[in-house]
This record gives sequence, structure tokens and C-alpha cells, in this order.
Amino acid sequence: MRSYDLHDLIEWDKRIRDKVAAFGLDCFPQEFELCDHNQMLGYMAYSGMPSHYPHWSYGKAYEKLKTLYDHGVAGLPYEMVINSNPALAYLMRDNTLALQILTIAHVYAHNDFFKNNFTFQSTHPEYVIGTMKSHGQRVRSYIESPSIGIDEVERVLDAAHALALQCRRNLAVRKLSEEEQRQRKLEAANPREDPFARVHKRQPISTPDLHKVPLEPEEDLLLFIRDHNPYLEEWQRDLLTIVHEEAQYFIPQIETKIMNEGWATFWHKRILESLELPQDLHLEFLVRHNQVVRPIPGGLNPYHIGWKIWEDLYRRYEHPEPDEEESLESGVRSGLEKIFSVRAADRDASFLRRHLTEKLVRELRLFEYRVRGGDWVVTEVADDEGWRQIKETLIRSVGMNSVPVIKVEDADFGHQRTLLLVHEHDGRDLHLEYAEKTLAYVHQLWGRDVALQTIVNGKKVLLQYGERGFTTRQLTR
Amino acid sequence: MPIPESIFRPFNPSDAERSDRAAGDRQRHREKVRQSIRENIADIIAEEAIIGKDGSRIIKVPIRGIKEYRFVYGENTPGVGQGEGELEPGQVLRSGEGEGEGPAERPGDRPGVDYYETDVTLDELVEIMFEDLELPDLERRKLRELPALRILKRKGYRSAGLRVRLDKRRTVKSKVRRRLASQRRTELGTGERFPFHEDDLTYRHMVPDVKEESNAVVLCMMDTSGSMDTMKKYLARSFFFLLFQFVRAKYRNVELVFIAHHTEAREVSEEEFFHKGESGGTFISSAYQKALEIIQERYHPSLWNIYAFHCSDGDNFESDNPTALKLAEELCQVANLFGYGEIKPLGSRYYENSMLQLFRRIEADNFHTVLIERKEDVWPSFKAFLARDRVRE
Repeated sequence: MRSYDLHDLIEWDKRIRDKVAAFGLDCFPQEFELCDHNQMLGYMAYSGMPSHYPHWSYGKAYEKLKTLYDHGVAGLPYEMVINSNPALAYLMRDNTLALQILTIAHVYAHNDFFKNNFTFQSTHPEYVIGTMKSHGQRVRSYIESPSIGIDEVERVLDAAHALALQCRRNLAVRKLSEEEQRQRKLEAANPREDPFARVHKRQPISTPDLHKVPLEPEEDLLLFIRDHNPYLEEWQRDLLTIVHEEAQYFIPQIETKIMNEGWATFWHKRILESLELPQDLHLEFLVRHNQVVRPIPGGLNPYHIGWKIWEDLYRRYEHPEPDEEESLESGVRSGLEKIFSVRAADRDASFLRRHLTEKLVRELRLFEYRVRGGDWVVTEVADDEGWRQIKETLIRSVGMNSVPVIKVEDADFGHQRTLLLVHEHDGRDLHLEYAEKTLAYVHQLWGRDVALQTIVNGKKVLLQYGERGFTTRQLTR
Repeated sequence: MPIPESIFRPFNPSDAERSDRAAGDRQRHREKVRQSIRENIADIIAEEAIIGKDGSRIIKVPIRGIKEYRFVYGENTPGVGQGEGELEPGQVLRSGEGEGEGPAERPGDRPGVDYYETDVTLDELVEIMFEDLELPDLERRKLRELPALRILKRKGYRSAGLRVRLDKRRTVKSKVRRRLASQRRTELGTGERFPFHEDDLTYRHMVPDVKEESNAVVLCMMDTSGSMDTMKKYLARSFFFLLFQFVRAKYRNVELVFIAHHTEAREVSEEEFFHKGESGGTFISSAYQKALEIIQERYHPSLWNIYAFHCSDGDNFESDNPTALKLAEELCQVANLFGYGEIKPLGSRYYENSMLQLFRRIEADNFHTVLIERKEDVWPSFKAFLARDRVRE
């Protein structure tokens, strides 16, 4: 193993950057920070943010990471990069030179992805560090305020964290304002233009109910509660805003995990192969690369799956097999052109739907399993009938698809100011213990009774949480 | 297109030292864990992982994490994994409770159980146990102690005393005070001699300090006859563990004696005590006889606090009962606390004999019987057992 210092890294970085530019990757300016393993654990617990608001759950995350690390169950990631402009990446100082080179190349590909993928367009990477810092200062000021204190702040944050991911998923679609929703409702109420109005009976005009709150089912739970519970204090509203904004910032990363890691792996391999590394570094690079893309038996390694799909996509447009010709998009001239357009326009769900082929499902040996009476049972394997089902299940479990869709239907349910939430059931039931506890948080924030309509074992039920605690009621309809 | 020059920030060791940023949040999390341990102490005591580690004083305790609840999908949610080799539909990947790491557990996907270690030491745990017992501090320290050393310790000041204990500093201070009080303003600083007065003299006061030597012995007796199965032994072990921890916290010097018996009793090592199965019938009296012998030889009641506890499934030979009763009464006389725990995993008590009936005849107030039917009973019955100790003090 060869020793190296900062100048070596800077030299290598320069060579890597030339390659990055030659390949056509388009990056934010990049900053690297060398850190030791304790700092790395610290960054990991706070999703890489240099400053962040305090909450015990991050302490828990730290302990958990540390336990895994101390026992050698999980190593630390070689690198961590956050979506900001300039992009910020941490390199572990104990890593070998080969690993640092691999990592730096990997980081540039992530950087390119953050800058160009459409889901990240709403994240304001130039402000994120400042925003997080300001969030931290605000939360600390509430903790230090003698009239609030840490217990109260934690109570609100605990509840807000529970609901943070109950928000809009596709942030590229603009959210309609209340006025726009009203207009839309009015327009929908008008009967359609009838070219034979003279001979037809006049269509009755149904008056839309414009008093209903919300007008259209609302997905942003925290924001809805913030805006519609008049009894919340200003600082409580602020905490809800902070948690909501942070969730919104992280959603693109949740939504593109497989693509993003696959993309970075695809490029670090390509870049390192083009660097003409000395033999010792090259051998270590091969070992490390194989560690990164090693499939986890029984689990899913996003690096492996993502990388395989990107490689396959590239190959299909460079050297298509005869039976693949017709499935190719016309007008695309090269593999590079194709993958660059895909990295900009897809998210995990659409990426898998479009580019995970039957061949890949077989090659990756994907299978579907279910839990039956405590046993994990294989239900589908990658054969002629099974692969579609496996692909479908995979798509439904990636990114935000693994979070149940729950919308606010009515803020005045039964004219009792009860908050009615409706779970859009898609065949997967909610975990009832978790639903009960989470509903308690909704109740805490809403300040009045709350109800959640869902389907359990094929029956429509209403889960309610009020002053007297949790109750369930079966709905007949 | 060219990429702007990247910035490299070198590692800064002093930054690294200062940057334990998670410290506050970890502390807060620890408080929560502690609170949750206190709330679920009975469950945790029943966890096998803790029992049996009595040797090492500082251990890491695996704890169930404080859950962060969200809306998540439940059990009827299929998942996808990557296989090794050929898999068949219907093949069971992993059986047993759906707890722990599943084949494809991904964060944010399904709840799972958070297991991780935290630095709760055994001592801290024992401390929490006592908080749960609600023993006030004072009572916790109240020991049946034996005076061992007589030394003197300082305790305040007196105006009379032995010359050697004169406190010069205080004496002078008191003279200065008196002078200032007696002089008028104008006379200050005239340099006239101002003698000591008898009232100025201050002596250090000493009182004899009794250093207590506290010794305790825990006599663990267990039935190792064929009818004691693993579950019963495990319950017994849990109880002995608690007793040992409790006694250890109260006394400076604690010894453990293990007596295994079936039809005859033997003193054994801890290892043998829990792991060696024997067969045959049961004479409970043999254990009590042995215990009394050991007390006679090594742990005289005037020098030792004796805690004796006997675990059995109550399946004694009928003919032995009168002797057992008599010896139990004798043991009560020498022991601080003598307990009998009958271990009957749920359901078995209807068709097996019980000693509880018989022992009801013992009137000594330091005798206590408990019935343990399942893991959850261990903690409450232990509390009840100790309540007896408290009453006596």
C-alpha cells in the first residue's frame, strides 16, 4: 500500500476532473473535506449536513451506526456527498490511495446527477447549507427559550418527524393554490359545451361545495395542520415548516437511490479504467469495485442493480442484439446520448419500469417474497410468468412508493372538526401498531379527534384517535 | 465543459476533537433509553442476554430502540430480493417470527425491530432496577453492619477540648473579630497589644467513627432433579441473578454459594449449578441441611448477612416434608431473609405437588414464598420478596 498526502490527492483529482469533463459530465464546483471515522459517523447521523437542528433521533442514528461499525457488521461508506452547490463531499483520511481515487470519481458522478436530474430541480442546492444552519439556530432558540424548552420542542418534533414523509412526492409538478383549486372546481361544475344544445335537454348545473376544507385532497399533512389548526403557537408552526422543508429536500434522494448510486458506479468504473492506473492501484480498484457492486443475497444492493441497468442500457444503444433493435428509441445515436438523457428525465420508479428488462431480472436473480405466518416465503422467481410480477413489486417498493399515500380528505368530518385522512389503499395494508402510534401524533398536532380511513384484510375500516385513545370502527359501505 | 478547480480541505485534528457534534443528541437519546428501560424493566430483566453476565461489572446491554413511528406498510407487503443459486416458489427463506433483519430489509420500508447496543452498564441497570423498587436512598444504605474499625473523624468545633486539637487559625480569627468589635473607630490601629482571651480558643471536635465491614453471603439452592427442565432453570437463574445484584449493591463483600440437590445436596460451582442436569427424586431437606452446615462452618450469622433462596418445582417426596419444614424454620433463624420460589411454568401447577401449602405453616417473618409461572413473574415476585426485607429493617 502506498502512502500519499494531500498533494497526491490534488494531482489525482486534476486528472480525474479532466476525464470527467471529457466524458461530458456536468458538475457543480466540488469541495472535498478529509475527515476521520468519528467525524464520518457524525456526518452520517445528520445526513451529511455540516449543521443541523438537534433531535435525539440523530443521537440514536449515531449509536446505531457506531454499534454496527464497532462490531464490523457494516463498514463506513468510503465517501459521503451532499446535494449542494458547491457540492460538499467527505473523504475518509484512513482510506488507501486507490480508494480515494475511486471515491473522488464516484463523487463527481453524484455531483453531475444532483445537478442534472429533474427531481433535484426543486431543492435549491445553493442555499441548502445556509437553510439547514438557520433551521438549527431557530430550533436551538426555541429549546433555549425559557417559555418553551427542550421537552416541548421534542414533543412537536417527534410528531412532525412521524408525518414528515406524508407529503407531495412529485415536486416538479406545481402545487395549486387554493384559488386555483377553487377555479378548477367551478370549471368542472359547468356542463361540457354541447354542440347540439338546441335539441338536447339542458344539463343541470351542480353547484360545487366550495366550503369544503380542503377543496381537493391534500397530501402535505404537516403544512395542512400548520395552516388549519388555529391553536398552534408561532414556534410550533415554524417547527412544522422546518421538518417539512427538510423532508422535501431529501425526497429526490429517496426517489433516485438506485439510479444515483448506479450512475456513480458506472462512471467511477469508466473513469478509473481510462486513467491508466499503475498496476497496484488498478488491482485494488478492481477489488473495491467488486465489493461495492457485490449483490447482497436476499437483499437488494442499489449499487449493483443500478449499475447493471446503466451498463445494459449503454450496451443496448452501442451494440444492440438483433432482437433488441426494435425496442430502441429512434434518433438516439449513441449509448452516451441515451444515458445522459435518462439520467436527466427519470426517477427510480420510471427508470426501472422503462429499463429493467426481462433479461436483467433473470440475470440479477431477483425474486419476490412475502411474509406468511412469520416465515419469509419466496412467491415469485425470475421465470417466464414471474418476472413481470417481480418488476412490479420492485417498482412499488422503491423510493416514495414504499410510503403509504395518505391524504387529508376533510378537516370538518361529521361537523366535529375531526380531521379525516384517507389512505389510498393499493393492496398493501398499513402496519396497524405503527398506524395507531402515528395517528396519536396526528391527534397531538391537530388538537382534536382524528380519523384514518383504510382497508384492513379487505374490509374498510376507520381508525380513530380522540380524547379516549384509539378505537377502530368497521365501515359498512 | 471544463470543471472548476475543486477545493480540498485537509484534515484538522483539533477540529475532529471539537466536532463531537452528536454528543448532545446522544445524551438526550440515552435519557430516553433509560426512561424506557425503567418503564420496561420487567421485560429487560427477563431477557436472557443480561442474565448470566453477572461476572463482568460493565457490560453493554442490547436494547430495543426507541421506535420512531410513521405510517408504514404491514405484513401483507411483498418485497424483492436478489437470490443466490436457484430458488423455488414456496421456498421458506427464513422461518420464525418476522422480527429482526428480514431478507430484504430496507430502511423506510417496513418497521422491523431496532436492536442495538448502548453503553448502559450493568451497574446502571441495577441502579435503574432499584429506582423501580422505589427504595429510598437511606434505606438502601441501611445495613446490618458489623463494626470493624474504630477511628476518629472530625466533626465541627467546640470551645473546649484537648490542647493538641486547638485550631490556631480559628482562634486568631475569633480574637481579631473580638478586637474589632470592642474598639471604637478612633482607636483603630494604635498598635496596643490585645491579648487572647479564653473565649477565643477553638478546638477541633472529634468523634469516633465506626467503619462498618459488611459481609453477605447469598446461598442459592436449586433442585436439579430430573423434573427441573431448561425453562424452570432459566426462571430460577433469573431470580438468583436479581438477588445477587441486589445483595451486591448493598454489601461491600458478597459471596455466593451454590447448592444443587436432588436426593442429596452438594456444593457446586456456578457453571455446574446451571448446566448440569441430574436425575432422580427430590429431598428438599438435604439442601437445607447442607446450607446449615455451610453456614456453621464458614458464614457465622454474627459476622455474615445471610440471604438464602431456594428454587424448586415443589415435587418433593412426601416422606421428606416434615424434615424439610423443620430445617426451613432453622434456616429462618440464622438468615436475614430466606425465600422459597416455586417454579411452575404455566399450566403445570395443576397436576404437580406443591410445597407452598406446606411452607405456609412457617411463621417466621423473614420467610417468603413466591410462585413463578412465567418470565414476567420474576420481577414482581422479586419485588415482593424484597419488600419483606424492608419491613424487617
